[in-house]
Amino acid sequence: MKQLAFIVFQDNDNARYLVDAITEDNPRAEVQYQPAMIRIQAEKRLEIRRETVEEKIGREWDVQEMLIDVISIGGNVTEDDDSFVLEWKN
Amino acid sequence: MTMQKKKLGLKDKYRYLTRDMAWEPSYQKKADIFPHEDFEGIKITDWDKWEDPFRLTMDAYWKYQAEKEKKLYAIFDAFAQNNGHQNISDARYVNALKLFLTGVSPLEYGAFQGYSRAGRQFSGAGARVACQMQAIDELRHVQTQIHAMSHYNKHFNGLHDFAHMHDRVWFLSVPKSFFDDARSAGPFEFLTAISFSFEYVLTNLLFVPFMSGAAYNGDMATVTFGFSAQSDEARHMTLGLEVIKFMLEQHEDNVPIIQRWIDKWFWRGYRLLSLVGMMMDYMLPNKVMSWAEAWEVYYEQNGGALFKDLERYGIRPPKYQEQANIGKQHITHQIWATFYQYSHATNFHTWIPSEDEQQWLAEKYPDTFDKYYRPRFDHWQEQHANGQRFYNSILPQLCQVCQVPALFTEPDDPTQLSHRQIVHEGERYHFCSDGCCDIFQNEPEKYIQAWLPVHQIYQGNCGGGDVQTVVEKYYHLKNGQDNLEYVGSPEYLRWLAWKKLATPQAPAGTGDRRDAA
Amino acid sequence: MSVNAIGEYRATPRDLQANFNGMQMLYVHWEKHLIFCSPFAFLVAPAMTFAAFVEQLLSDAIKAHPDSARVDFNEAVWTLNGERFVPDYAASLEANGIDHKSMLRLNTPGLNGVQGSCS
Repeated sequence: MKQLAFIVFQDNDNARYLVDAITEDNPRAEVQYQPAMIRIQAEKRLEIRRETVEEKIGREWDVQEMLIDVISIGGNVTEDDDSFVLEWKN
Repeated sequence: MTMQKKKLGLKDKYRYLTRDMAWEPSYQKKADIFPHEDFEGIKITDWDKWEDPFRLTMDAYWKYQAEKEKKLYAIFDAFAQNNGHQNISDARYVNALKLFLTGVSPLEYGAFQGYSRAGRQFSGAGARVACQMQAIDELRHVQTQIHAMSHYNKHFNGLHDFAHMHDRVWFLSVPKSFFDDARSAGPFEFLTAISFSFEYVLTNLLFVPFMSGAAYNGDMATVTFGFSAQSDEARHMTLGLEVIKFMLEQHEDNVPIIQRWIDKWFWRGYRLLSLVGMMMDYMLPNKVMSWAEAWEVYYEQNGGALFKDLERYGIRPPKYQEQANIGKQHITHQIWATFYQYSHATNFHTWIPSEDEQQWLAEKYPDTFDKYYRPRFDHWQEQHANGQRFYNSILPQLCQVCQVPALFTEPDDPTQLSHRQIVHEGERYHFCSDGCCDIFQNEPEKYIQAWLPVHQIYQGNCGGGDVQTVVEKYYHLKNGQDNLEYVGSPEYLRWLAWKKLATPQAPAGTGDRRDAA
Repeated sequence: MSVNAIGEYRATPRDLQANFNGMQMLYVHWEKHLIFCSPFAFLVAPAMTFAAFVEQLLSDAIKAHPDSARVDFNEAVWTLNGERFVPDYAASLEANGIDHKSMLRLNTPGLNGVQGSCS
């Protein structure tokens, strides 16, 4: 059985850059658009990297800023100053 | 060359907030300060192993929450100023909000109380901080929901006096008793019930597809509070998973206790969410996904990944998950049929789905809708057209545990009502399922005290002996305005007037004494 | 098992017969007629005859169903609290062994609900 790590954002301007960054860093990620929301999923692991987001958004970006736009997540969370990782370990 | 001193990293900041702000008591015993930490049998050997992956500190918490609130209230203002309620897909949609405000929002307040209490009881500083933040989040949720819906209350019926209704109206004892059960448990069971089983495993089903549905039905206010609340939920869900892993890693003796709680709270949550399933399948005029599809994505797929991950601790999936997976094809139709026939005692309206909607249901539920449920709706439609809109005049039998009428069918036979009965200390008790019966048998003293609305009415404790008196005097509902059939209701007529639509030929049933018009 | 509590935990059932002012609860489910979504909950006098219960309460409760006119109570198959049951129509509910919060299931052979769908 598949084990999908996923993250869901509100479909807003910030999320566009996040989605761009995530798809660049996670080439296997699948993006689904539903009314008012965007769901990104990938087998086992999904990563948001600060550097890539900053490049896309064109300013400094704190990893915790994602808390404003996120709706839901699936997977174990590991967060530090440079990245936010969702992962199924088993 | 001078280097600017690097600001504190997330890990350091979080460590200062939790470990370094806590202290070891010197003149009181720890057991006296945290008297509820041991009685459930959960063994904690090292609270320092508690990890909050978000490592949110208070300053960051206030900053992000303030930003969320600013965005949210700007949208509420815009919604009100632009008469947003007139831009929703159809007035029938608002009936889902009535159920939400009376059934869900008070649970947010219950969660605020629950986390305040649980947080007080943990001797670990990390757990206390997490509970404190979540308590504040939950208070924010109930407040924003009331604010969002106060606009609808100006223009629609059945949204007044929601807190009073939550305590009294028969079907609202389903969510109310769910939360009372959790809040009256010990602090570790409370976290397993709400943080893990509810927040992690099940709330996606409430807040993600339903709120997406609100957007799809033109309700900017609701989708915004829904997603704003859910943005806190991502933190809560993470906490839920971390709590479970923490308890499981602390001691192997914790495993069977937690397994029993997971079995219990999965089943209680599943029963509670049958109301949400009905909202998605029957109360959203524009539909995003069916309950069965949502269940597949958010429970079968996500829950599957989760329980596979927890296998390494000796945890298996919830005991009756197979029954729930079968039930996804049935429960929403069964629940809607129930509210349809007891609509004289609800704060919202019900109706027969349109032909297009029934077609959608038939496509989404190819094995069940046409075979088992469409004949019911066809028959009621015909009766309504003949002036006999169906209301069930006899009160229903309720399950002693979930308090939902005993309306669900056997997992292996959708034509047979599922009913379980036991005698405990000379008294008979009735249940909707093996899941609810098991919960009772594990803690009978708790559930023999259940305040079952039907029995309370018959005992004479609800203001009167007949349903209309109970509805008006005890529930504070206006008969003929807040309740009954949607077609022909004052709200329906008002909507037609707003939209400058001609009043269609009223169905013959509107002349019936029980009908709203 | 019992409740895990911070102290001694005792509780009284909330729905003892004594709380129903001389009456008792009786639940009835008509099988294969799921238009009635769940078993009916009736408040009944223990001294009421089974015949009076059927004629006055049950018949009225099911009259909205098109099958109700075709119910032949002489042919009906009953269970009481899970056991096969042959009611004595002239005797009281109490004398029939129908105690507080009893559950009756009514099966009417040949009647299978609206369009035979068990609705």
